[in-house]
Amino acid sequence: MKKTSPLLILFLISLSAPALAAGNDAARKDILDGYAAAVGPGFAGFSAERGRALFLGPHAGGKPETPACATCHTPDPRATGHHYRTGRDIPPMAVSVTPDRFTSQAEVEKRFGRDCPAVLGRDCSPLEKGDFITYLAGQ
Amino acid sequence: MALRRHFLCLALPLTLLALAPAFADEDEWVPPVRHAETLKECGECHMAFQPALLPAGSWRAIMGNLSDHFGEDASLPPATAASIEHYLVAGAGRGDPSLPRITEQRWWRHEHDFSPGRFARPEVRSKINCAACHQGAENGYYEDD
Repeated sequence: MKKTSPLLILFLISLSAPALAAGNDAARKDILDGYAAAVGPGFAGFSAERGRALFLGPHAGGKPETPACATCHTPDPRATGHHYRTGRDIPPMAVSVTPDRFTSQAEVEKRFGRDCPAVLGRDCSPLEKGDFITYLAGQ
Repeated sequence: MALRRHFLCLALPLTLLALAPAFADEDEWVPPVRHAETLKECGECHMAFQPALLPAGSWRAIMGNLSDHFGEDASLPPATAASIEHYLVAGAGRGDPSLPRITEQRWWRHEHDFSPGRFARPEVRSKINCAACHQGAENGYYEDD
């Protein structure tokens, strides 16, 4: 069998990191495109600023212990959060720190499906979901 | 008799081998979780507890009511929930199946028969943070620390 050059292997490894990032970005864009389509005809773009306000809260209507996303995730999206009851670490929400955030539709829907009722007392709208991801993708 | 001596030579270590896992099981070791979905989904909010820590009936009750998981919404897609339940039930241990909480099981209360104040310490926070006191908990080791 022909031996693969260690240099070639290093080169291939150096290529894979940006390729993974591009894959994450593409997957995130697909999810955002889906929410944009769900907003409907009046859609005028997602807003990182609205996403930030949603993240920081505080909101009324959810569980008294969790009035904001920031309750568990901390107000700094680059920081490690903690589950409000168990204390379990939650990896940072900021895409710059956790690059595979918002890259699985099933995972994203699972979390919104659980956490929006806990924080807001209702489901999030497609616009809110897109704003939220847009904010954290820029953090 | 040579044959009998040989038999005894073999029998003693074999007996010890047979006893050792059972002994460890009961006192300080359970097989660690080796199921990716269980590790990921349960482990998102708390340590993924080992199947042997609850009897099958308790696991079924828990997995059948994820939308109200001790006051939290832990809903999962049905296929994921079924896969995790299958894994947990297959490795289930002994206990009272009418009790869904590990911390309600008689063996657990017996092993933790001390001041409740210990659980209120900030580094413990909750009774379900096994690893706060049992450093090897994630790997199934629950020796007294």
